[in-house]
Amino acid sequence: MTSLRTRKVINYFMSALCGLALTIALVPLVSLLWLVVSRGVAGLSWTFFTATPAPVGESGGGVGNSIAGTLYIVGLGCAIGVPLGVGAGVYLAERGDSRLGDAIRFTAEVLSGVPSIVVGIVAYGLVVLPMRRFSALAGGVALAVLMVPTLARSTEELVRLVPVSLREASLALGVPQWRTSLRVVLRTALGGIMTAILLSVARASGETAPLLFTSLNNQYWNWRPDQPTASLTVQIFNYAVSPYQEWHDKAWSAALVLLLLVGSLSLAGRLLSRRRFR
Amino acid sequence: MKQKIEVDGLNAWFKNNHALKNVSLTVPENSVLAIIGPSGCGKSTFVRCINRMHELVPGARQSGKVLVDGQDLHAKRMDPVDLRRRVGMVFQRANPFPTMSIFDNVVAGLKLNGVHGDFPALVENSLRQAALWDEVKDRLRHSALSLSGGQQQRLCIARALAVEPEVLLMDEPASALDPIATARIEELIRELRESFTIVIVTHNMQQAARVSDATAFFYMGELIEHGATEQIFTNPRESRTEDYVTGKFG
Repeated sequence: MTSLRTRKVINYFMSALCGLALTIALVPLVSLLWLVVSRGVAGLSWTFFTATPAPVGESGGGVGNSIAGTLYIVGLGCAIGVPLGVGAGVYLAERGDSRLGDAIRFTAEVLSGVPSIVVGIVAYGLVVLPMRRFSALAGGVALAVLMVPTLARSTEELVRLVPVSLREASLALGVPQWRTSLRVVLRTALGGIMTAILLSVARASGETAPLLFTSLNNQYWNWRPDQPTASLTVQIFNYAVSPYQEWHDKAWSAALVLLLLVGSLSLAGRLLSRRRFR
Repeated sequence: MKQKIEVDGLNAWFKNNHALKNVSLTVPENSVLAIIGPSGCGKSTFVRCINRMHELVPGARQSGKVLVDGQDLHAKRMDPVDLRRRVGMVFQRANPFPTMSIFDNVVAGLKLNGVHGDFPALVENSLRQAALWDEVKDRLRHSALSLSGGQQQRLCIARALAVEPEVLLMDEPASALDPIATARIEELIRELRESFTIVIVTHNMQQAARVSDATAFFYMGELIEHGATEQIFTNPRESRTEDYVTGKFG
């Protein structure tokens, strides 16, 4: 048995070590934030949020259409991916103890490990080629494919957390299985599922690779699902690889806007989940 | 007297575990049957066979006949969903729906089945029957979780009564409650006996003696003895029953 004094010293030393590890881990995050904010904040203005991009050499212009496009494409992705992902998750939780359930779970695991650029190619083959044009829809499909596996797994976990006693209470009242699944089990897990959806939306909004050759880009406003559509991420990519300094500045500002968008979505998700456990 | 529940040669299994062995008994209409016995003797399994909740457990099987009102529960035409509307159940731990208000919990059996409308009279009536109305009438829209444990259990009883069942199964309804809440539930059982047939599982022998007309003693999945409550507690035929009710084991 070591003496109390030795134990205190070891405790202090270990705490300091953990603190150091934390500081080192925070360095890249803080410097990234600092870099984006310091370089991007100068370019922010009202027009930056509302205008379409200006041609090379002209000053002004903004990424309004890209912000709208990102929201539009992510919206399409949600419309396709959320019902599929949540539905699959409920199935896995309720009927997943079978061969089919294991197969779905395995597929979801493999799918969540597929690089996002590959998902982009798949959406290109599935949607862009048959339609013979780049479109917001193709981008939405690509994002949906990315969202489904994580959404399915987290929904499954959340539905499994619903106590058996609630399910039994409903069944004992003469409520059929499917109504019990939908109106008691899913309803009870809904708070958590909303959080999972928000977090996967936040992840999807930050994706560039699957959008590069699906929704492509657009210099103008577009609300048609069958037309190429601008997105913040692709716009940042285009600006960043261009040879013009002013476009580089715009890329930084657009990156800041994206960071704010994704950050506020994640924050909303966390707040929602915290309220659930109160 | 008319027999409400007739059980004949009932066997139940969980995978390879033979949980109920050849149980036969009957319950007359508007009477209270108490089921006593040590833990793991098949008490809960028995009541869960009467509303076919037993078969929902993965790997569970059963054989033998259970009749409610002379109708075989396992006849092809018998729909378990329909049956459970006639045979209500109250569980050991209060399990109100956490996302619903007190009001909505009472009418959950209707609303979850897609019956639309507002049912203030039904809610009041059910809550009065469950002796909870006076305590909650001013906060019907509050969350069901704002109630105390005993109140939650009475809410669950009100919820079971609101679908107007004929039989009420109670699986240790007072085991998680304090003596005062328990006394209220027992009083309630004696009142409900007027209009329902009740089967109550209990660990508490005094409770069985206080509330029931007949008592059945289960041991290791077998029905050891079944008779009038007074007889079981004062003059049991079987020595094992006597040992259990006098506290020698269990």
